[in-house]
Amino acid sequence: MKIVVCIKQVPATNEAKIDPETKRIIREGSKAIMNPFDTYAIEEGVRLREKSGGEVIVISMGPEKAAACLREAISVGADRAILLSDKAFGGSDTWATSYVLAKAIRKIGDVDLVICGKQAIDGDTAQVGPEIAAHLDWVQATYVMKVEDVGPRSIKVRRMREDGYDICELDFPAVLTVLKDINTPRVPTLKGRLASQKMEIPVWKPSDIEVELDKIGLDGSPTRVVKTSPPPPRKTVTKRIEGSPQECAQQLVRELRIRSIL
Amino acid sequence: MKISNESDKLKYSNVWVVAELLSGKIQPVTHELIGVARSLADARRSEVWVVVLGSGVAGQAGELFSYGADKAIVVDDLRLKGFVDEIEARVMVRLIDKYKPEVLLGAATARGRALMPRIAGMTNCGLTADCTGLGIDPENGDLLQTRPAFGGNIMATIRCSDHRPQMATVRPRVMKALKPDAEKTGEIIYERVKESDTSKIKRIIEIFHSDETTVNLGDAQIIISGGRGMKGPEGFDLLRKFAAKVGGAVGASRAAVDAGWIPYAHQVGQTGQTVQTKVYIACGISGQIQHLVGMQSCDMIIAIDKNPDTPMMQMADIAIVGDLFEVIPEILNELSKI
Repeated sequence: MKIVVCIKQVPATNEAKIDPETKRIIREGSKAIMNPFDTYAIEEGVRLREKSGGEVIVISMGPEKAAACLREAISVGADRAILLSDKAFGGSDTWATSYVLAKAIRKIGDVDLVICGKQAIDGDTAQVGPEIAAHLDWVQATYVMKVEDVGPRSIKVRRMREDGYDICELDFPAVLTVLKDINTPRVPTLKGRLASQKMEIPVWKPSDIEVELDKIGLDGSPTRVVKTSPPPPRKTVTKRIEGSPQECAQQLVRELRIRSIL
Repeated sequence: MKISNESDKLKYSNVWVVAELLSGKIQPVTHELIGVARSLADARRSEVWVVVLGSGVAGQAGELFSYGADKAIVVDDLRLKGFVDEIEARVMVRLIDKYKPEVLLGAATARGRALMPRIAGMTNCGLTADCTGLGIDPENGDLLQTRPAFGGNIMATIRCSDHRPQMATVRPRVMKALKPDAEKTGEIIYERVKESDTSKIKRIIEIFHSDETTVNLGDAQIIISGGRGMKGPEGFDLLRKFAAKVGGAVGASRAAVDAGWIPYAHQVGQTGQTVQTKVYIACGISGQIQHLVGMQSCDMIIAIDKNPDTPMMQMADIAIVGDLFEVIPEILNELSKI
């Protein structure tokens, strides 16, 4: 079984602080980390390989430093990694990004399964997974919370819905996006870490994957950010309620009624 | 579709909404989408069309007109029972090609977030997720799509000038539905699933309805959320009572979920759900940054905690200093009096 896991490097928020004035998060100087959802995608890929054999290839589009995330994936069991890095890829929106990733998956060849995290924590769109499936014209299952069964030609998964879940079977080749509760990712072993440091990570350019240049990067992206602005300000004053539990409760209910919430 | 010349753009008109269905029923978010679609269509002097894809759905089209739709395209087919993304996307792509909508809106739900990007990928269109504002540029008629980025720290306005339809998703409870007018009627167009839509698809084997595995946090007006301060699974029983009293949903911090006190479906925050409710009541949640990015866009934040100095108590609009196991029963008591 040939599995490709798509991952993304994102800014970490755990080092950010709250601005006391705006009560918004300050992100300046934050570190880059692997998108947390992608750790579950890698783990699931590795588990499937352990069960059915084959290989797990991690790919990522991003700057050269994104290779650090690929090495992290190797350290927890992925077999090899490919970085898609070039100036021409810069500024790609979800459509252009998924186009590039789909082209890379075609180039890798004979892929049975693509696994992505549910979404990346910086963009929060959850679009790249289904868009990869669209570009490849493969079947897809999003919000996967459990792999029920895997056979030589198909995979059975449980998808989360607002009103429950369903179980569906996808013939290969297929694309999955996975939720956090699908597994608990393992921690890297020392051997894994050493392997990840030694691993050669090839860097693919647009010419390596036969993309049309007018479909990638900022110019190839259908969407364009035309303006950014600060969000509507949060009230900066916190109303503190203290006293006996009953007094607190009465005052809260009063506040909610004044605001016509109750 | 990429469209570079202006005269070809003119072939595209009307604002479309993909109806959101759950268990075969049209969901309220559809009415909200019609509400915003109405204002966009009015600005463009065009019509609001709703596409209903499902099985046994034909009878539900009437309500769409009362909420402001002009036309409804109904595709009622047994093969659309459950959610087969591949069929729905192919049907939509055919309908888009046939009728050429200028704007296509969908719900940012589990289904919408799978279907809309699949359509966008197939039609070479841009797609903006989770818009909180949609408007028309008075100069050129483009759709202006505003969404929070970076955990709500920036609002970005996005346009797709050279592609039609212009596609966006909106979360439940973000837009307002118009007051329904039962007098209003509209035209229903019936379309079919074609044999070619059904090749290479997944097979839905079983559908389960469950309250325990999933929680409709996106659809709630009020979320009562608990963290480490709930001390154990029993603590969440108290929150369930609270939520039931105010018609809200129960949320949780990662700490509570990782401790196994409540299923993951309830988790709010970076690796859970991002919520945007009217009221968010944080009970015993200290407010780690990963949690805050998931709920800071709620209109009103109320925190209950013994410790007045936690980040959550600092950022809340109302901070109640006290033992939540004493305060919440009193709140329930007060609510019973209303």
